[in-house]
Amino acid sequence: MGTRLGKQTIRLDSKPVIQSWASIVGAKEGHGPLGRYFDEIIEDEYFGEKSFERAESKFLRETLAKTLMKGGVSAGDIQYIFAGDLLNQCVAANFGLRESEIPFFGLYGACSTMAESLTLGSLMVEGGFAERCVCITSSHFCSAEKQFRFPLEFGNQRPPTAQWTVTGSGGVMVGKAGDGPRVVHVTTGKIVDMGITDSNDMGSAMAPAACDTITAHFRETNLPLNHYELIVTGDLGIHGKNLCLKLLEENGITIGDFYDDCGVMIYDQKKQKTDCGGSGCACSAVVLAGYILEKLSKRELNRVLFVATGALHSPITVQQGESIPAIAHAVGIEMV
Amino acid sequence: MEFVRAFIVGGLICVVGQLLIDLTKLTPARIMVIFVVAGVILGALGIYPLLVEWGGAGASIPIIGFGNVLAKGVIEDVDKKGLLGAFSGGVRSGAVGIAAAVFFGYIMAVVSKPKTKNKT
Amino acid sequence: MEQKRTKEEYKKWSQQQAPRTPKARNLIMAFFVGGIICTIGQLILRALLNTGMPKDDASSLTTLFMIFIGAFLTGLNVYDDIGRVGGAGAAIPVTGFANSIVSPAMEYKKEGYVMGVGARMFLIAGPVLVYGIISSIVVGIIYYLVTR
Repeated sequence: MGTRLGKQTIRLDSKPVIQSWASIVGAKEGHGPLGRYFDEIIEDEYFGEKSFERAESKFLRETLAKTLMKGGVSAGDIQYIFAGDLLNQCVAANFGLRESEIPFFGLYGACSTMAESLTLGSLMVEGGFAERCVCITSSHFCSAEKQFRFPLEFGNQRPPTAQWTVTGSGGVMVGKAGDGPRVVHVTTGKIVDMGITDSNDMGSAMAPAACDTITAHFRETNLPLNHYELIVTGDLGIHGKNLCLKLLEENGITIGDFYDDCGVMIYDQKKQKTDCGGSGCACSAVVLAGYILEKLSKRELNRVLFVATGALHSPITVQQGESIPAIAHAVGIEMV
Repeated sequence: MEFVRAFIVGGLICVVGQLLIDLTKLTPARIMVIFVVAGVILGALGIYPLLVEWGGAGASIPIIGFGNVLAKGVIEDVDKKGLLGAFSGGVRSGAVGIAAAVFFGYIMAVVSKPKTKNKT
Repeated sequence: MEQKRTKEEYKKWSQQQAPRTPKARNLIMAFFVGGIICTIGQLILRALLNTGMPKDDASSLTTLFMIFIGAFLTGLNVYDDIGRVGGAGAAIPVTGFANSIVSPAMEYKKEGYVMGVGARMFLIAGPVLVYGIISSIVVGIIYYLVTR
């Protein structure tokens, strides 16, 4: 039934299994260093739809279908779906899943949503309330630019701290039994706001949250630092990754050799001109569902701490001069 | 020679804009507002018309030149119609720019759709 | 969290390590892109003046042509690339003003022709017109008072 280890961490004693996973990405992600790990690459940013918002919903819908197919189950076998995205009122998830006929929880954790949904889905399974849950998120460069920044065709310059919203969707199915990577610990983050107001510098805003959650995870689980072969944050980007490492070191946590960031991994920053790297709900989701779980299932990795990070602002709060609150949720995934 | 002057004046005005962007982190919309208001003031003081005289399109094509045009129209109209001119002059003299931007903007919006940036 | 820094200290500390804006490169590119756009304007202006057109009309027509060019290149999905390279060199000329009107109009077409294209067209350019017109009125009133 799970054991509470501390203020933020729960150990899942039944170790829910990630039974299947799927990822669909856009062209840029497909051309990136992780391109070969994704299930499908969609070259058309409209995905055959009329608008970017509909395209994003389709990414989510198709990823759900693929996750179910790879797990060999149908929608009727899923008790709950935990989904979220970046758009106002989470419309990509709402509209993408409206025909799914699965009990639905819509989540908003900005780019941390993948870890948030995976946490809740695993707890639902651990608690015995569900045989299987799907946890899924999406984001789309074009719909995110439209909502958070400028129109696509506007000729602005991106500052060097800016990040590139990942187009795509990643989903995982967590269940009671089976082989595969297992969710062993979940550490839920607190909101951390260090007063960063520049919405083009998410790395600085989110790094303290990631550091806070990782520190709490090791403090409450009492695990040695080298327990994990890979600690991966969501989308801090090059700048945020660097800050996070330094902040962790100040807390006595030295993980430089086995620490990476999904936003850094997903693009070739030099060739693809993505400045500080990737971001968005799909960034950590597709790296998890494409790369990390693949490596785990092949036992090329055995223990991974997945820490998705999110910036909890809106364009309105930024215009009003508010600082950017951030959050990070950690999920310890292990092969047993 | 007039082309070299236009190149230099236009280029330097844009350099000032770039300095504002890079040093102050102001958004492009704010930079454009600052430039147009600066154009109105410099135009009213009679400074900007001298630059237009020397730099030609290099001074009139940047958005600061649009501010200059607004000031010029206002002063002409105040001379002709008194206080009413303060309200009619700016929009009258800026009419071509505003109307053209709205008209062509509308047409382009109808015929074209946005694409994602830098796919690879 | 156990922070060793105050918010101000953190902001400073993080900014010190942030990747730098390539200022020299940006300034040079702004100079050349802005210069080239204005030179094109001067070519059009000279051609019109050579037809014997009055100076004021030639100047207005040049603006009209430049706005068309800016709008057209935006519609061809090209102006955003010019802006990425040229920065203020692409934003400050009147072609950039056109770009700031066309780009939201295109982006919000899906929200309809009235509240989408019609209303959002001035998302970025609206403030320019608002402050341009207000400041011109203030200038007009001051001029009226001074010259009376």
